[in-house]
Amino acid sequence: MRIPIETFRLSNGLLVTFSEDHTAPIVAVNIWYHVGSANERAGRTGFAHLFEHMLFQGSENVEANEHFELVQRAGGTLNGSTWLDRTNYFETVPSNQLAIALWLEADRMGALLPAMTQQKLDTQRDVVSNERRWSVDNQPYGTWWEKLPALTYPDPHPFHHSLIGSFEDLKAASLGDIAHFFATYYTPDNAVLTIAGDFDPVEARKLVESYFGAIPRGKGKPPLPDMTLPDTFGGTLREVMHDDVSLPRIYLAFRSPALGDDAYYAASVAGAILGMRKGSRLQRVLVREREVAADVTAFTFDLPKGADILVVDATARPGVTDAQLEAAVVREIDRMRMDGVTQGEVDRAVALIGTDFIASMQQAGERADQLSRFATYFGDPSLINEQMDRYRAVTVADVNKFAATRLGEDNRAFLTYLPRDGAEEVGSEDAIGSSEVTA
Amino acid sequence: MSRSTRPTPGSPREYHFPKFDRRLLANGMKVLVAPTHNLPIVTVLAVIDAGGVAEPAGQEGIAELTARALNEGTPKYDGEALTDYMEHLGTSVGGAAGWDSASVAMTVLRENLENAFVHFAEVLVAPTFPVPAIERLKAERQAELMQIESEPRELADEKFDEYIYDLASRFRLPLGGTAESVGKLSRDAVVAFHAARYQPSATTLIVVGDVEADAVERMVAATLEGWTGPRVPAASANDSPARVTRSIQIVRKSDAPQSELRIGHVGVPRTHPDYFSITIMNAVLGGLFSSRVNLNLREAHGYTYGASSAFDWRREAGPFVIGTAVASDVTVPAVQETLKEVDRMRSEPISESELSLATSYLGGVFPIRYETTAAIATALATLTIYGLPEDWYDTYRERMSAVTVDDVLRAAHAHIKSDSMQIVVVGDEAAIREPLEALGFGPLDVVSP
Repeated sequence: MRIPIETFRLSNGLLVTFSEDHTAPIVAVNIWYHVGSANERAGRTGFAHLFEHMLFQGSENVEANEHFELVQRAGGTLNGSTWLDRTNYFETVPSNQLAIALWLEADRMGALLPAMTQQKLDTQRDVVSNERRWSVDNQPYGTWWEKLPALTYPDPHPFHHSLIGSFEDLKAASLGDIAHFFATYYTPDNAVLTIAGDFDPVEARKLVESYFGAIPRGKGKPPLPDMTLPDTFGGTLREVMHDDVSLPRIYLAFRSPALGDDAYYAASVAGAILGMRKGSRLQRVLVREREVAADVTAFTFDLPKGADILVVDATARPGVTDAQLEAAVVREIDRMRMDGVTQGEVDRAVALIGTDFIASMQQAGERADQLSRFATYFGDPSLINEQMDRYRAVTVADVNKFAATRLGEDNRAFLTYLPRDGAEEVGSEDAIGSSEVTA
Repeated sequence: MSRSTRPTPGSPREYHFPKFDRRLLANGMKVLVAPTHNLPIVTVLAVIDAGGVAEPAGQEGIAELTARALNEGTPKYDGEALTDYMEHLGTSVGGAAGWDSASVAMTVLRENLENAFVHFAEVLVAPTFPVPAIERLKAERQAELMQIESEPRELADEKFDEYIYDLASRFRLPLGGTAESVGKLSRDAVVAFHAARYQPSATTLIVVGDVEADAVERMVAATLEGWTGPRVPAASANDSPARVTRSIQIVRKSDAPQSELRIGHVGVPRTHPDYFSITIMNAVLGGLFSSRVNLNLREAHGYTYGASSAFDWRREAGPFVIGTAVASDVTVPAVQETLKEVDRMRSEPISESELSLATSYLGGVFPIRYETTAAIATALATLTIYGLPEDWYDTYRERMSAVTVDDVLRAAHAHIKSDSMQIVVVGDEAAIREPLEALGFGPLDVVSP
């Protein structure tokens, strides 16, 4: 399977990727802006995400609430999301509606600010505060999203601070901040545009050039501080949270190679051997044989700069303590580190990753998003067609090298959640563990 | 083409839901095959009339336990060897239960289909159900139930069902069973449920992807034609409501920063003739981002990250529910605004613009919904489970577009029952009890999770 790819760059710097597929009369439009929470200034945690919400509040030629309505009226789906190092916006529409999707994206890239008002900002600040309550504060283990990056990327590394942000910082965000962030980061030379699915490339190119061509290039963005980090944490890091949860849970993170590095693929395969599906080591041993875990998975954050993290996420069975669970997880980690993996385990992992990859490529929106990802991070969307080869190139020795150098005690970060109960000790541990905000 | 001029759409390209072939094996098993050849991948989905509604009384959770235990061992392979074999083929075969059916599914590369299907078939018809696996799955369900107690969203969903359905209704208790009912389940009960419900005449096998119907029929017949058994009796959940007067329940979660709100009542069976007008009505009320409750609660008031409404479609009447999570201090205004939207829906016609938004959205996203082999297989399962006509998906968009403003008003009037609205709130009793009582909506009681 090869995804067809054509790329060109507008004179304002916008990198455009086309990928035709006429299976169904639908087309996906996808934009990645190379800005995320990492680019926020001190005292403005959560701003990149709040800003993403503001992009749905209209622009010069689009009324408030019209963005969603116009796409849905066109028979399309849409959304956006914010991550540590990027923000994306995407629509999938019937193929005869390509123009409206491009026009909406261009109007907010070219002229967002005329539509911004204090009232819209105040409302979205409330919406995002409620998103925080819903996904973080009123959700068991919900604070892991901000606690784990804080533990594994030392302050002031750009990935250290909270993506969703504190209520205090959200409150401080002003229309001035909106204007400044827009001018700095929401520029065509800091974005990529992908169109995937059923479209005519000649027509589409005309639309792209006429809607996006006149948007001026940006004046450059401030460089991020040096993101490089040593290969390991240099010790075992720990944080304990007493939270409104029923069962103990451990997030065990290892600093791991950045996305795109050859060693990243070995780390990803190691993660799949540990935690992907029922036949993985941790699920087989912890869930099925020893019955100490209710559930366990492993995954990477997929960050392409500085360092990535590989995370094992294990929840205890009722009656199993966090110490027992931790000992069981660590035993399997040590076993992989000391004894290595087998060819069969690597084959299993690569086979599962391969099927999932092909299954996901059935969707125009997913193809567009992956193309934008490689275009944003590496300037080359065609890397999508090398992904499976790079997985297939991973050897037992590669995985063993990763395990031997990255899974040791000098590179472990434990974020442990314990049920809060009446007998909870009051001490230094609680000072760390208390949630930073209350409503 | 400047940005100041809004683009207009081109002419739409035709779309047809994938053609499918229907075959009937000698043992009574139905086979549906939908060839789609864009990628070398195949989804296999067996739908069996063995869902939660078919459970014997007192064995709540047996349908899900049975479905989940299917892949724990076959005569040829124990559970671990089976998992290992399938995962080396890049796939997994797993069972799940819904209210109206159980299912067994896998998505596999075309080149591995035949090898994987042999084991798929064994999992379906000849599971060994080892005792240790059954006991482990029961313990996993107990862990899940403990987790739900501290998870406000799922807790609100479960408490709402428990609150709105009559004591005699199966829908009152969670599909996976309660701590008490699951504790009593045994391997014998699983074996008996499998023997009673997993029968060829109660099974439809759906195959979607890079295949041809004749070859699939040969493959399935070679593997499953020896599987025989009796017809299974029809089952019923009893969808009676607990009461027909307004009332409120608070589920205590002390210091919760948000109230998880569920507002609604027992809804409508899937095969109701008003299905299309109800679907449009729900889209306008709370089914779309630009729906009334979301625009009101989120975009106008900033009370919530999101608010939506849904009819949970089942053979018998599933819940109709409006759900949202709001900051504790605006719980009452959020309830009032929601009820206002409900009353407006029932008392005045929607605008032509709202109608066209809903119909063009539902018609437009139709092909987007069926991009994957798994999604097409699920759509064919829906045909099977509810006995919908063969041309259902071919006429879907036409029938959706035919709904009028008057149809929507009629549907709202007939199917949203303002006088028997039920409210369940998972939240901080100290912050919300008094103002909710002062609302005068109806009798209020408070329970613990």
